[in-house]
Amino acid sequence: MILKSSKWLLPIILPGIWILIYFNLQSGTNYLIDDIFRMQSGTRFAESFRFFIFEVPKVLMLLVLIIFVVGIIRSFFTAERTRKALEGRSLFAGNVMASMLGIVTPFCSCSAIPLFLGFVESGIPLGVTFSFLIAAPMINEVAVILLFGLFGWKVAAIYVGTGLVIAITAGWVIGKLKLENYVEPWVYEIRAGHAEGDEEKLQFSDRIQAGYTAVKEIVGKVWVYIILGIAVGAAAHGYVPENFMANLMGKSAWYSVPLSILIGVPLYSNAAGIIPIVSVLIEKGVPLGTALAFMMSVIGLSLPEMIILRKVLKLRLIVTFVGVVSLGIIIVGYIFNLIY
Amino acid sequence: MDIKILGPGCSKCKTLDKITREVVEKNGINATISKVEDIMEIIKYGVMSTPALVVDEKVVVKGRVPSSDEIKQILTK
Repeated sequence: MILKSSKWLLPIILPGIWILIYFNLQSGTNYLIDDIFRMQSGTRFAESFRFFIFEVPKVLMLLVLIIFVVGIIRSFFTAERTRKALEGRSLFAGNVMASMLGIVTPFCSCSAIPLFLGFVESGIPLGVTFSFLIAAPMINEVAVILLFGLFGWKVAAIYVGTGLVIAITAGWVIGKLKLENYVEPWVYEIRAGHAEGDEEKLQFSDRIQAGYTAVKEIVGKVWVYIILGIAVGAAAHGYVPENFMANLMGKSAWYSVPLSILIGVPLYSNAAGIIPIVSVLIEKGVPLGTALAFMMSVIGLSLPEMIILRKVLKLRLIVTFVGVVSLGIIIVGYIFNLIY
Repeated sequence: MDIKILGPGCSKCKTLDKITREVVEKNGINATISKVEDIMEIIKYGVMSTPALVVDEKVVVKGRVPSSDEIKQILTK
């Protein structure tokens, strides 16, 4: 009984405490560094330390709150429901829907194959399926939270927006290319069972529980990488000279966008560690478009997922998939370098 | 009782396998537990998000790892 009521009470009390701490983090950090540790402000070490002390709790707090909310939202979406929603959609409308559902449907690359088979089996066009498979990993919640925390809402929105555009267009292009022949033939022969009818009925308390579970699972997995990433970022923040990256990866360097993708694809390391480092690189002169391209290739195009998909797709289709998505990312990179 | 854990071998699938075995052992449930890793077999159950728990050929949980209490409830129902 006590456990039950605490489950209800916590979501009411905690947000208050959360807001109180979150909006006082900056002054708290300054108080700690300037008044308690009495570090000389402006020195490299002090500024690196200040960056670290401020960003770690900020990002972790955002992560806990938003993952909790996302966990609840995701309990309303399942792969089965998404499939149903996509059945019988025409190409373009299907691509749009698949990309948006890709954001909210729970997805892990380890179940990419059963999901792919399930989609194909119920007649969802290949292009629409790809829109889902591009959007789902690329617009992932941890990445969006980190972008929001470290860059602000504008960059987070730009990331989600361009990610959607890439998923929609790349899927649509793949659909238009008529590559159905490059799916392994056995895929079309299987008859998947339909576990319809026994859809789980979830109570509201189950959904709250899903929020807790998501926090435990995701935050439990990524916090180490976030702290490491912010530590590296903090060191760069204090010690790497301003505009250090401007020559190497700056706007004048035309090759910076494709190069950042070439570096990004094999680095399938999770978003959690990469984004804090990228946020500092921008401060040091890497233009936004190049940074966006780099992050998208790290998060959206992962080698392990390609290897998993090789079981159901012929090499040529995988190459096309990577090619189309990379091209999309390159275009986005150049556009944002031009605008900003 | 015939219990199957469906999952191609990701970490969540292993967790589900472990928890289920613990619950069965702790409560002395008479059951055979097997792990299905073949994707063709998994898809036959209509499961698109792994891991999934199948009891007597019926999919009871899919796409998440339930708590041991929940598994206990399902198995002793």
